[in-house]
Amino acid sequence: MHFEFNVEGGNFSKAGTASSQLKKILKQLNVDPKVIKRVVVALYEAEVNIVAHAFNGIIYIDIDTEKIEIKLIDEGPGIADIELAMQQGYSTASPEVREMGFGAGMGLPNIKNNTDELKVTSEVGKGTTVEMITYLSS
Amino acid sequence: MKLREVVKLLNAKVVSGEALLDSEVEYVFASDLMSDVLTIETDNLLLITGLANLQTIRTAEMSDISKIIFARKKKATDEMIRLAAENDMILIECDYSMFKTSGILFQSGLKPVY
Repeated sequence: MHFEFNVEGGNFSKAGTASSQLKKILKQLNVDPKVIKRVVVALYEAEVNIVAHAFNGIIYIDIDTEKIEIKLIDEGPGIADIELAMQQGYSTASPEVREMGFGAGMGLPNIKNNTDELKVTSEVGKGTTVEMITYLSS
Repeated sequence: MKLREVVKLLNAKVVSGEALLDSEVEYVFASDLMSDVLTIETDNLLLITGLANLQTIRTAEMSDISKIIFARKKKATDEMIRLAAENDMILIECDYSMFKTSGILFQSGLKPVY
């Protein structure tokens, strides 16, 4: 199964709608609630990252009997030092993002904890791609 | 403890999801940082927060949290109430500070997550 969602940078009122949709889909597919929570928490953090930092992005989701594969591709400033961005507590978020309850440098570490495989690639001035895989049975 | 009792102890007001008043609460987590809330794995959690915006409700949705107390006189907006209703959540508004809210519930036997 394949799904695609558009994410608008800066639009906090819509942040989380893709994650919400995925949650409903996974529930319908009778996926283990613990797996659902891991997947949607990771996707939600990544979705908020696009809203917080990028101009726009597309989320591609592929679900098969073994795994859930999610790819988020955004157009935005990119990440200069991915290793630094992965560190808990490091953040470049704006005050607006912090007012939304994020921007404490926990997004990427949270994503890492909730996925089985994570790959972040980025080009400064162009955008960032986040690929995450979660297996349905551990 | 039943949520009904929590509301009474806090002299609080239910603004959405009254149907959940008879559900049981055991564990509570208090935070304004949604990324922290997203790290909690405990089921059937009651969240105390001073952050009242749409992302609070979204975070609760992703974390399977259906019970939220807004402390420090924070109010839920119509949009938040709508989204909460869609997800079968109860929203409670409380005038006490987060410390006082947490203190009363802790003293009454509700448990911390860690």
